[in-house]
Amino acid sequence: MTEALISAGRPESKQATEPLLIASNVRKHYGGVEVLKGISLTVNAGEVMCLLGPSGSGKSTFLRCINHLERIDGGRISVGGDLIGYAQRHDRIFEMNPREVAKQRSGIGMVFQRFNLFPHMTALENIWAAPVGVKKVPKQQALKRGMELLDRVGLANLAKAYPAQLSGGQQQRVAIARALAMDPQLLLFDEPTSALDPELVGDVLDVMRTLAADGMTMIVVTHEIGFARGAGDSVVFMDGGVVVESGAPAEVLDNPQNPRTIAFLESVM
Amino acid sequence: MRAANTLTRRQDGAPAELPPSGGGADDVVAVPLRHPWRWVGAAVLAFGFAALASSLWSNPNIDHSTISSYVFHPRILSGVGLTLVLTVVSMLVSTVLGVLLAVMRLSRNPVMNAFAWLYIWVFRGTPLLIQVVFWGYLGLLYSQISLGVPFTDFTVFSVDTNTLVPAFTAGLLAMTLNQAAYSAEIIRGGMLSVDSGQHEAASSLGMSPAYTLFRVVLPQAMRVIIPPMGNETISMLKNTSLLSVIAVLELYTVATQISSQNLRQVELLVVVSCWYLFLTSVLSVPQYYLERHYGRGNARQQSPTPLGRLRAAFRKTPPAPKGLQP
Repeated sequence: MTEALISAGRPESKQATEPLLIASNVRKHYGGVEVLKGISLTVNAGEVMCLLGPSGSGKSTFLRCINHLERIDGGRISVGGDLIGYAQRHDRIFEMNPREVAKQRSGIGMVFQRFNLFPHMTALENIWAAPVGVKKVPKQQALKRGMELLDRVGLANLAKAYPAQLSGGQQQRVAIARALAMDPQLLLFDEPTSALDPELVGDVLDVMRTLAADGMTMIVVTHEIGFARGAGDSVVFMDGGVVVESGAPAEVLDNPQNPRTIAFLESVM
Repeated sequence: MRAANTLTRRQDGAPAELPPSGGGADDVVAVPLRHPWRWVGAAVLAFGFAALASSLWSNPNIDHSTISSYVFHPRILSGVGLTLVLTVVSMLVSTVLGVLLAVMRLSRNPVMNAFAWLYIWVFRGTPLLIQVVFWGYLGLLYSQISLGVPFTDFTVFSVDTNTLVPAFTAGLLAMTLNQAAYSAEIIRGGMLSVDSGQHEAASSLGMSPAYTLFRVVLPQAMRVIIPPMGNETISMLKNTSLLSVIAVLELYTVATQISSQNLRQVELLVVVSCWYLFLTSVLSVPQYYLERHYGRGNARQQSPTPLGRLRAAFRKTPPAPKGLQP
């Protein structure tokens, strides 16, 4: 797993200053309950941002808003300069139709807590289905790329296995390869190791560390403080639908200022 | 004998391992549980069946030679053929319509949703027999069917209804349109059974709604859809006999025509029943293989098919299980 996981050459410097994701004052409510109360943050290209916080703090909801799995009720999110869920034509902003939303999502990968592999497809098929079906990549080329990706997550020998025949850790690594196959500019992780047996967590985190080292822009909702400290460029602590504290991992994790951050870190460490 | 082998306990409390076929010294040797009442029940039933069979066989009112001479009679065979054609064509077309209606019912478009709801309400809420008669007597409602601009005199062409919709077409329409309503609900149920995470995964990969439907949702829904659709196919096969009221020459119509001439009603009913039983048995074979196909990936290892087992028995060497051997 020493080879680069992503094909496109990315800037070596992790301090690339170009902002890829800009969220400003994002609000979301379910019925009368306000889940996100104005989230503003910026993620630069090549940056790994870890979102921490107690359950119910809105971090997963925010992540799902980024690729429009949830519709936001206020504020705006843009990725690579494009507004999420809306298209601008002739100085007016239009709501996107489902096909346009799908096209926009194809550039943003997502890895789920429950893996969500397609159970009726083999590991390899899971990986090539979207490039062939969405980006119209020739099948032979997609198969070859799929095998490369499987090899790089250490599962080349399980290409023909169905998800039910794989362990949780193996399924999650296939899911990461599946997301990478679309060559996303941004990769979202929604508690990728929370559903795994403790001894399987390491393999998945290793793959994620390799991705981070290769310069992939990642937003990771996680409870793995060790990963946030080691691989994260920034840490954002959320609670009650607001960003409570953010900064470099060393600042937020080792020298937290806000009492809520302190209480949370004490409970998980 | 088996009980003696499997009733193994280790004295030291260590987990019992399956003993080799010889058994160990500490195996419990027990008398297997006896089931004397099963034998009594089987004997009573066998006696009852024997009495019934003999009374049927020796009944002077049943002419056995009529049954045997009509089983493969050309008219009966043509009826069997038409019954099969009606069943297969109606099931195929109604399944396509059913998918369409199910997608409409699940869509957020209120117009489509309402239309599908109305369709299902009408076709599921009125008796099939009445629908059959309605399509058969369509000519009484509209004597001419024409293509033109409504509310004007302009027409492109106009045909006699009974020419455009002969009995066979009317029967096919009746069965298909009715079945589509039932299939739609079965397919909708199957689609709802697919985990919402699958939709999210497909969305996050940029798959369009249509691609998600055909590549992700329907293949998984099939596992849930096929068993009830097998039921529906068998119902359809038997319900085609309702088409006798509009004189479609399917199996039951042909049989009643013959028996009205030779007055051998019971014999021909036996012939017809044998054919329906045979056809329903045959139809369960494709269902088995379809279930297997769409069940792939669901079990860690699929058991071999009956045919596969037969082949394996002939080869004497067990085939490698069709699963993963990491």
